[in-house]
Amino acid sequence: MRVDQRLIAEMIAPRARVLDVGSGDGTLIDYLYRTRSCDARGIEIDMQNVTQSVAHGLPVMHGDADHDLADYPDDTFDYVVLQRTLQAVERPREVLRQMLRIGRHAIVSFPNFGHWRLRLQLLTTGRMPMTPVWNTPWYSTPNIHPCTIRDFLLLCEEEGYVIQQWLAIDEDGARAPWRRSIRLANLFGEQAMFLLKRAGH
Amino acid sequence: MDISASPSIADGPVYTHQTVRLDSGLDLECGVHLAPLEVAYCTYGTLSPARDNAILVCHALTGDQYLAERNPLTGKPGWWSRMVGPGLPIDTDRYFVVCSNVLGGCMGTTGPRSICAETGKAWDSEFPPITMHDIVAAQAKLIDHLGIDRLFAVIGGSMGGMQALTWAADFPDRVFAAMPIATSPFHSAQNIAFNEVSRQAIFADPDWHDGHYRDFGAIPARGLGVARMMAHITYLSEEALSRKFGRRVRHDAATAVPASSSPSLFGEMFEVESYLRHQGSSFVRRFDANSYLTITRAMDYFDLAAEHDGDLANPFRKSQTRFCVVSFSSDWLFPTSQSRLLVRALNRAGANVSFVEIESDRGHDAFLLEEPDFDRTIRGFITGAAEHAALKAGER
Repeated sequence: MRVDQRLIAEMIAPRARVLDVGSGDGTLIDYLYRTRSCDARGIEIDMQNVTQSVAHGLPVMHGDADHDLADYPDDTFDYVVLQRTLQAVERPREVLRQMLRIGRHAIVSFPNFGHWRLRLQLLTTGRMPMTPVWNTPWYSTPNIHPCTIRDFLLLCEEEGYVIQQWLAIDEDGARAPWRRSIRLANLFGEQAMFLLKRAGH
Repeated sequence: MDISASPSIADGPVYTHQTVRLDSGLDLECGVHLAPLEVAYCTYGTLSPARDNAILVCHALTGDQYLAERNPLTGKPGWWSRMVGPGLPIDTDRYFVVCSNVLGGCMGTTGPRSICAETGKAWDSEFPPITMHDIVAAQAKLIDHLGIDRLFAVIGGSMGGMQALTWAADFPDRVFAAMPIATSPFHSAQNIAFNEVSRQAIFADPDWHDGHYRDFGAIPARGLGVARMMAHITYLSEEALSRKFGRRVRHDAATAVPASSSPSLFGEMFEVESYLRHQGSSFVRRFDANSYLTITRAMDYFDLAAEHDGDLANPFRKSQTRFCVVSFSSDWLFPTSQSRLLVRALNRAGANVSFVEIESDRGHDAFLLEEPDFDRTIRGFITGAAEHAALKAGER
């Protein structure tokens, strides 16, 4: 399991109801079920991954974040997880709204476009940056809505989400040391992870 | 057309099927009380002492209870013998598998060929109209008789999937897991249309005799054969037909046109024609026309949402059943879009649902054929569900 998935798992209370949006090969939901007795389900866009997950006995359905969250009733889950996918969905704001409608908490991770290497490349070369995290050229990238950590914070403020926990993580998913300063995290964090809840809850 | 059949099916049951007779009968949705009720079935594997390992497999329109053993009528292997057996995805070393002939069928369960208690004669075309709920209620009587309180799983493809859904809707507490495969929560206008063409073919047969063909020692073999030929096309796909037959023409002695004879419109036969004729003629030897009409009508009536205030989520609210919905990419009879409708409704109900579309070019019939991804899906879903079922049993 990736290090950042382990960090996500640590945020989730035992026996919780969890929906992993973009569950990939099902590693996280399998882990949550086996080690935390969670009722963990997945939505996955890649059919091979779906088949593999179901063949492993995991409750995973073919679908995607943009189209398949609206069906669930309010508060169906304790946690709705979106790993490294927010930048690739059609309507990130709407996806977040749905996540925090159907779930009491949302756990969101995304690659940080504010990282210094991206800023430097754009400044010095005048071209779209390419890094190990942002590694597809502009014309073929699925990442159509990149944002920085600060951008995300502003959106949470506008939408009235309470940030219960945030952390910067490096490319491999390990926790980065920028815990105090958003400014430094936005400069040096390759990815970010947020635990959110609705205001007033 | 040379569709012909041996008249044996018109002579009444020739084979002895394993059957339970329930004198209390069954109240049908149409108001008729059907008694006695006979249900013919096969079982495989052993029921556990806790009676918690039973899987009900529901057959499709023209299937029967001979799931995993030689069919006594056709002499062919059971229709899902590649899926059900020791060590197979539906593992009879571990599960007790039940398959029964549907109500209205012609393989031993009460149907148009049964004797009506009031008249002392066979029902034939007077057999009351039945619904998917009636079909499932009859199965429930069998499951009661077998002493099974809760089914570990109900699995079915096509019309069998309609039954699996109906089980989950009508008996939510008696179904731990449900696997509706290549099916739909309602019968579409297109599918009703196909059924109607099938029925009209039967009605148009001079041997139909208003459904009392057996009184005349006849069967509407041509009509039923054409119905089957037409339906069979809908079970396949354009790709599958092209791959299997293409535009190849048969050149055997029987159909060859002598050089001396005058040109004929039908002097030679495309392989696909020959194949369909074979499908038609072998079908009429094993299936009863009145059963075909009764069951196709039950499919046409099927619309779970309409029965629940127009919202398909309603029958599944608070359902604890684990669902696994499976569709096939080239199935145009029960397309993936209809499975997706079902999945969305199950999500609205907050149900636990897995959903897989299997990539296959073999059309609707893919669920009966060798599809490794499908086998893995069935095995995995059952194994996963069993793990959860055991977990729950441990908590009690």
